[in-house]
Amino acid sequence: MAKVFIYPATSLILTDMVTRFGHTPLSSAVAIRERIQTAGLESVPLQITPEEPKKGLRWAAVEVPSGVRGRMALYGPMIEECDAAIIINDADLAFGCMGCARTNELIKFLIRQKEIPKLDLDYPKNEAEGLPFVAAIKRFLTELGASK
Amino acid sequence: MTDYKPENVGMVTKYVVVESFTVTPADLAVRAYEISRGVMIKETCFGLVIMGKEEEVDLIITEIRKMDPEHIFIKDRGFPPGDSRRCRANLGGARPGFHGMEYEMTVLPYISHALAELSHRDATTVPRLTTPREKPKLDIYTLKRMIDAQEP
Repeated sequence: MAKVFIYPATSLILTDMVTRFGHTPLSSAVAIRERIQTAGLESVPLQITPEEPKKGLRWAAVEVPSGVRGRMALYGPMIEECDAAIIINDADLAFGCMGCARTNELIKFLIRQKEIPKLDLDYPKNEAEGLPFVAAIKRFLTELGASK
Repeated sequence: MTDYKPENVGMVTKYVVVESFTVTPADLAVRAYEISRGVMIKETCFGLVIMGKEEEVDLIITEIRKMDPEHIFIKDRGFPPGDSRRCRANLGGARPGFHGMEYEMTVLPYISHALAELSHRDATTVPRLTTPREKPKLDIYTLKRMIDAQEP
């Protein structure tokens, strides 16, 4: 069972597909749950404390805005931990403020730098595109399972 | 800053999203209650939110997925159900994160169709997609032609 990083990290479809085909998805919900369930200082709503931008220095330089570094404290460990990645390139739902946009760019950059199996896709626009979309994910995850 | 004492430590929360013609969230909730043992189940407009120990939640999900495997989708959630930091009852408007799920729910019928097709067909026989990174970008000549085509 491989750990598969998914982008967008909140994707319902990718989380389901990875679980359905027998692997573990690394999504933002898992990272948030870890923080929500850890005692410390109260910092609503996501329990992102001033410690997080410091941890983010591992993946982003000190002159990078703290918003990006704070987000990287969530995603960085998952990118390091993952054995494979599935990226949806036209994910408009990952749109957000400049912090989100730059973090998304950095996440994609770090994944592309890492020598792991990667699958690049676009969201299907109709049934005809849906079949190769799911087949590509199934093939990718099956081959991943065979190589593990 | 005050001390933060977490609740529901060691519990997992999962969304069950149903996009089916034959199974409703109420059907899922009834089936989930039948087999649940101390697991919190909340029925929503799109499916269920289930919180409990990981093995118990996984057991319920495995069972309810059997009701319509191609049309039931599962996703992790960070917060417990009804958490005041996320619940729209406290915040107003849509729950943060709902818009992403709302967009993906428009794609789910295509995914369900593909899953049904692949249940009796080998995935290797399906033609491969062009990788988005291999798709040609807008070249300078096309751009020039588009600019020239603009009305003055």
